[in-house]
Amino acid sequence: MSEKVLMKGNEAIAEAAIKAGCRYYFGYPITPQTEVAAYMSKRMPKIGGTFLQAESEIAAINMVIGVSSTGKRVMTSSSSPGVSLKSEGISYLAGCDLPALVVNVQRGGPGLGGIQPSQSDYFQATKGGSHGDYHNIVLAPSSVSEMAMLTAKGFNLADKYRMVCMILADGTMGQMMEPVAIDDIVIEEVAKPWALTGTECKRPRNIVNSLYLKPEQLEQKNFERFEKYKTVEENEVMYESYMMDDAEICIVSFGITARVSKNAIVAARAKGIKVGMIRPITLWPFPKKPILEAADKVKAFITVEMNMGQMIQDVELAERCKKPVYLCNRTGGMIPSPEEVLASIEKVNGGEN
Amino acid sequence: MDKLKRVTLFAGHYGSGKTNVAVNYALMLKKKGLDVAIADLDIVNPYFRTKDSQKELEENGITLISSLYAGSNVDLPALPAEIYSLVDIHDRYAIFDIGGDDRGATALGRYADAIKEENDYELLLVLNRFRPLSKTPELAMEIMHEIETTANMRFTGIVNDSNLGEETTAEDVLESVEFAQKVSEMAGIPIRFTTVTRKVYDEVKDKIENLMVIHLQDKIV
Repeated sequence: MSEKVLMKGNEAIAEAAIKAGCRYYFGYPITPQTEVAAYMSKRMPKIGGTFLQAESEIAAINMVIGVSSTGKRVMTSSSSPGVSLKSEGISYLAGCDLPALVVNVQRGGPGLGGIQPSQSDYFQATKGGSHGDYHNIVLAPSSVSEMAMLTAKGFNLADKYRMVCMILADGTMGQMMEPVAIDDIVIEEVAKPWALTGTECKRPRNIVNSLYLKPEQLEQKNFERFEKYKTVEENEVMYESYMMDDAEICIVSFGITARVSKNAIVAARAKGIKVGMIRPITLWPFPKKPILEAADKVKAFITVEMNMGQMIQDVELAERCKKPVYLCNRTGGMIPSPEEVLASIEKVNGGEN
Repeated sequence: MDKLKRVTLFAGHYGSGKTNVAVNYALMLKKKGLDVAIADLDIVNPYFRTKDSQKELEENGITLISSLYAGSNVDLPALPAEIYSLVDIHDRYAIFDIGGDDRGATALGRYADAIKEENDYELLLVLNRFRPLSKTPELAMEIMHEIETTANMRFTGIVNDSNLGEETTAEDVLESVEFAQKVSEMAGIPIRFTTVTRKVYDEVKDKIENLMVIHLQDKIV
């Protein structure tokens, strides 16, 4: 058991990555995730790792492709506009079946948007986000210690399935400070016979590539990749169920808004309203099953999101429109207050929505 | 402490609690009946900053000078011209909240000559031994030297602000004193005060010299 330290969410990601065996970080500064790079720039040289501030986000993600091809654990981090720049590279990682950890500490958008926190890259993160048929595994931490825990988990999942794993956080999660003890990090070693490590003339050469000259081959590759995605959906869903036993209203929320929602749930319960929450920890694969099961018990769902209503679509698909789904949201860098969420709960409870 | 200096500057590792200490220090001087202004020189972190305490400072009659863009959606490292009024006019007490690390101290370099010429200042190193990158005296010294080089000023004292946020216990504070003393010896500068919240004050008041009771800035969630 290591002792507790006071860490920002961004620092917790960086330290957990190091503890998970990552020795290669390529990035480019952007508010509000700069502390990931700042922390790496201090720590990596001291442990024989590589910190490199690339000339752009595009360069950084291509460096990630290079290192990942050799089988080493590698990561990059950015915030919304920077992740858009990395998107091309993320598609190439998917097309080459390369593992990597990509962190998005979201800020307001679209365009340059603003530097304050947001969750408006949900579609981009969970629906692919770049060209081609592919998925990323998307993890949504809701505390500083989860930032660390899910970063370590993300490296394991990325290696296991040869996929990009994305940490989808937001500016508040990145900046907030909490006492954490980053221990219990388990590195699940996976053999990487596909890696470009030099043949030493002892084995046939490996090729890492996303170009398929024959359409039949590309189709076959896509079929195989989606078989793998099916396995991920069956085995890797993570969510937290909060006060759902007797709930008549189910909030669905992730990250920072799930924390706000917990306060609102406690306040609503004090007023006698039976409300609970399903907090997706994996946004892809999305926890469809618990939401479908909840649909038979509750009278309505409320998604609490810092966007114009993105995850709400996945909730509606998951519960197959059995019950109405309402949206409680703020955007532009604004965080909904517990009072706003409570007002939304009361409105849905009164049936006047 | 000796005669109170007109200018007090708080610098240190980012996330060590500089802003919180600076705001509490300003409130303390004000309670003593002194005319106080506080300037936010943080050009690095656009998130948590002095501006968050604007209401409390204004209610207590403390002038806050901060960037027009603080707390906004713009990430522009601009400082207001008014800051010179605190450096050049010597009619009130001035507190400077400097941005974290050497990067944050860059902004201080611009005012260093004037502050050194007046020679009525304290540059205090805010230390938190529970921050991972300053958890040993050696690491703390490294950051201290980087800041001094960038700011073109030398630290004159230490603020032991070791804390784990709201979870800080009396043992944490007591244990941190030895760490602060080690840094004090290595740097050859005194510990000016140790911060403590009201919650643990009674438990440590007879065991630590020069305590300053502080309260934490409000959390959003």
